[in-house]
Order: sequence, then C-alpha cells, then structure tokens
Amino acid sequence: MSASLALHAHPSWWAFIVHRLSGLALALFLPLHFLALATALAGADALDGFLRYTDRPLVKLAEWGLVVLLALHLTGGIRLLLIEFGPWSGLRKDWIAATFGVGTVVGLVYALRLAA
Amino acid sequence: MTGAAVQAKLWYWQRISAMALAVCVVVHLALIVLAARGGLTAADILGRTRGNVGFAVFYAAFVIACTVHVPIGLRTIAQEWLGWRERASSVAALLVAASILVLGLRAVYAVVAA
Repeated sequence: MSASLALHAHPSWWAFIVHRLSGLALALFLPLHFLALATALAGADALDGFLRYTDRPLVKLAEWGLVVLLALHLTGGIRLLLIEFGPWSGLRKDWIAATFGVGTVVGLVYALRLAA
Repeated sequence: MTGAAVQAKLWYWQRISAMALAVCVVVHLALIVLAARGGLTAADILGRTRGNVGFAVFYAAFVIACTVHVPIGLRTIAQEWLGWRERASSVAALLVAASILVLGLRAVYAVVAA
C-alpha cells in the first residue's frame, strides 16, 4: 500500500476530513442562516414567507444534513480539545467512534421530531 | 509578529472559542430538536425570542464565538487546500469575521428586538 493510501485508511484521517468538511459546510451555511433570520426585520409575515418557502422536502433534507454536520463537528471538536488539553495521550479513537455515534443519534432524533 | 507567533495565537483563540462553542452548540442542538416538532412558524419562533434577554445574551455570545472560530478555520483551509499566502488568507479571514459579527448580531436583533 502506498504511504498516502495507508494514511487515508487510518480512522484519525477520517476524523480529520469529516471535521474539516463539516466545518466548511457550516461556515458556508452560517451567513445564509443569519440572512434568513433577518427577514424578521421586515415583520413576522416576511419570516413566515421565508419559512413557507423552506417547507419542502429538499430544504428539509439539507436542514437535517446541517444538524448532523453540527453534531459531528461538535463531537469531533471535543475530541481534539481532549487530545490537546486532556490528561491522556494518543488519538482518542473512542471519541472518533463517539463522533459518528452522536451524529447518528442526533440525526435520528431530529428526523423523528421533524416527522412528529 | 512573525508567522509562527501569529500561528500560535490563532491556534490558542481557535481552541478558546471552541470551548465556548461546545457549550453553545449543545444548547443550540437541544433547542433545534425541541423546536422542530411539527414544523416552525414565525409566531412559534418570535413568541420565544421577542423581548427574551436571556436568549439575546446567549445568542450574541454564540455569534461572537463564531466570529473568532470560523475565520481561523477558513484561513487554514485557504492556505492548505487553496495555497493562499498568509497575507491574503488573513485579510480574507478578517472580512469573514466582520461579516459574521455584523450579520449574526443583526439576526439576533431581528428576532429579539425588531
């Protein structure tokens, strides 16, 4: 196996790439989120108009994806803080597992709430 | 300040803001899940947020933590993946920080005080 493939096969590489891509997606979404909320400056009707526009399956799916990405970035970030500031050494692979576990749980709970 | 000193300071602020954001995001995720039930209307949202000082303080702090955290991450990505030089990526990061701060506080104002 080449060095680069060996690197990509490592769980901490996946933790890195998920953390980076989720952070990037959240950063791109943030200004849109702020602009959407600011429609309330023009009154509740303007905000309602925007919310009606977003009440379609594709937008709901994107919102769901962003909630999952937020959960992944949160847990992956806590892992990094534990590695850098915690009393342990090592790559905290248990927290890589926890990252995907928390992402899955938050995704399922949010999907259930949307469907309720 | 040399490049390495800037790097060390940014690393520090990235982590300090991450600690604040960890708390903010847990609360935010809980509110998202609680609020999502049965869809959202403006009346639902504004009924909770208008005149709510606690909400305003919490989300203003959240916006400030994002203002610190997000540009540092984007600056790193611009350098590592796009090959941007330190100066260009730092200027871009400052513009991103200003945008997040202004748009974020404006959004908080919109749902609390407008």
